[in-house]
Amino acid sequence: MSGLSFDLIALQLFTGLALGAIYVLFAIGLSLIFGMLTVVNFAHGAFYMVGAYAGLFLVSMGGNFWICLVAVPLLVGTFGMIVERFLVRPLYGRGIDYPLLLTFGLSYIMVELIRIAFGTSGYPFDTPELLQGAVDIGVGYFPLYRLFVIGATAVVLIGLWLFLERTSFGLIIRAGARDPQIVRVLGVDVSKVWLIVFGIGTAIAGFAGLLAAPLQGVIPEMGATILAEAFVVTVVGGMGSIGGAVLAGLLVGVVVSMSSLFAPEMAKVSIFALMAIVLLIRPQGFFGRAGLMS
Amino acid sequence: MTEDNKSTSKRVSRRRVLATAGIGALAAASPFRINLAMAQEPAIKIGFPVPLTGPYGTEAQDQVRAAEVAIAEFNESGGFNGRKAELLVRDDKLNPGEAATRTLELVEKEKVNFVVGSLSAAVQLAINNVTKERGVIFNSISQSDTINEASDFSKFTFHEALNPHMTAGAVGRYAFPKFGKKVAFLTADYAYGHEMVRGFQEAGKAFGIETVTDVRHPIGTTDFSALLPRIQALKPDILCISNFGRDQQIALKQATDFGMKKSIKIIAPILLYTGRVAAGAQAFDGVVGGTSYYWGIEDKVASAKAFNDRFRKMHGGKVPSDYGALGYGGVKTLLMGARAAGSLDADKVIAAVEALKYDYYKGPQYYRKCDHQSVQSVFIIESKATPQKGDADVFNVISTDEPNEANLRTCETLGHKS
Repeated sequence: MSGLSFDLIALQLFTGLALGAIYVLFAIGLSLIFGMLTVVNFAHGAFYMVGAYAGLFLVSMGGNFWICLVAVPLLVGTFGMIVERFLVRPLYGRGIDYPLLLTFGLSYIMVELIRIAFGTSGYPFDTPELLQGAVDIGVGYFPLYRLFVIGATAVVLIGLWLFLERTSFGLIIRAGARDPQIVRVLGVDVSKVWLIVFGIGTAIAGFAGLLAAPLQGVIPEMGATILAEAFVVTVVGGMGSIGGAVLAGLLVGVVVSMSSLFAPEMAKVSIFALMAIVLLIRPQGFFGRAGLMS
Repeated sequence: MTEDNKSTSKRVSRRRVLATAGIGALAAASPFRINLAMAQEPAIKIGFPVPLTGPYGTEAQDQVRAAEVAIAEFNESGGFNGRKAELLVRDDKLNPGEAATRTLELVEKEKVNFVVGSLSAAVQLAINNVTKERGVIFNSISQSDTINEASDFSKFTFHEALNPHMTAGAVGRYAFPKFGKKVAFLTADYAYGHEMVRGFQEAGKAFGIETVTDVRHPIGTTDFSALLPRIQALKPDILCISNFGRDQQIALKQATDFGMKKSIKIIAPILLYTGRVAAGAQAFDGVVGGTSYYWGIEDKVASAKAFNDRFRKMHGGKVPSDYGALGYGGVKTLLMGARAAGSLDADKVIAAVEALKYDYYKGPQYYRKCDHQSVQSVFIIESKATPQKGDADVFNVISTDEPNEANLRTCETLGHKS
């Protein structure tokens, strides 16, 4: 293979991290909801798509991208909480497949509603002016916006970590995930905790969709592809583990990027090969707790 | 009269045939001949399978709009001895199996006289398989090289669209001497992409181009970023992106984001009007490509002006897209062929269409005898940075590759006996 240099490999690695950043954001929401609520949220891709459309709508109403960065997670998170309160909550304690089927159906309804409201053909989403163009990162030119995506992901991760580890509410969430019964006995309203967890998870999905919009445009089906890949991420990282989702998300991004460099036709298969290898060695994934699904 | 009875006899009961034949014989001798015939004859049916749903839905819907224009014009100008034409639109879902089923239904149940349509290299071959077996004329309005070849061609097969050899050839002949010899390809991994790359490379032989890499990607790729740094590192003069629909929009946007346009000229075999309108000016800015039709030629081509005006009138001021216009051309050539033949009998219509020298919407065209490929111009266009005359003003026509059989593969190469 000619033209293979250190710079190219470094640049490719960076590309992989930027790709992985979106996977990470998507998968932590998925993992958070699964780890705390044992709900496999099949509508997560639809929330991601709604985030992109919410951004599109706000921009068309005269808002700008920076306002969207705050407003979109709030909107999508609120919507997520409504879904949890009225649709998911009645199904707690009925086994894992009830909310799975519910969210699966919900995702179809959401996509179809967006098609009715915005049409089937999709829209472009301009990169905010401040973040257009490419910058020299020492090893070559790299799109400024993708650097921003990596940075924004890091900020969300740090914020989430501080929230869960350093606040008393975070403590309740973690305790609620481990043993909801005891937490309830201690006088905590667990259903409120779950409402907020579902809200946070879907808010991050909406945020990820907004970040992805300037990279690839906005279409009603954009959530479906990433959902399949994000399940690979959560399985590799360990179902329900946020740390695992972060590590696996970045790893999947880098694996896609590196296999694209050496064998582009293998790029799509490579993440599933990665999943197979990880499952053979560690069936519960990197940081997964065994028996969570049973 | 007897001719028409023969061509319709398959779709009616024996009793009906006898009755019609009797009336026909009577009518032939009667002064009320024409009136009777008009009351008797059903509409000329044209089956129109296109991918209304799926990634090329926008383009397919425009094909339908343009075909409706051709039908309306034909009916207003008297139809076929008073018989009206009728369009039967079906959704082929961009799936060869679905297309074959829909086409079979159109032929068997609806008894269509002609089939026009498709928007995919593979789907048109599936339709063609059905129509050539049933002896129904099919005019394909989507790009393909294979459909010209002896193995897939039949006398019932016409190809109104350009083929990749002509399109890529025209763009290559324009771009290689201007922008450089080192060429990188980024290609959708299916027939369309493969045929385009072959077309570029064949045209490039004369200019001594060097292929530095040919990266293939699957249809429906949403992120090209992992493929771009390597292409950039090879420092090509030209990056040739051969993909379609949303893939094209995303690839161009991401190549722009990576700053590739600073040192590399990006070309594409086809720049889609609908794609450019959907993706915005930034992603397509400065990209050079080919097209079978751009509405802006109306300043120079009278038939384009007439077609655009009629289209605007029927469809709320919109202008037709490139693939849309093919829907118009594909339907119109067969209807005019039938009118010239004075018959709907397949062989007579085929002979009449072969003899057409037409200028319906883009300048002079004709079908080459051996493979029924429409010999026509290819427009080389460049995307404008900022539209001046409204949202539809997106391309500059920078060169025109005039109709010339020398730009087609020879009949012998395609396996036809000359």
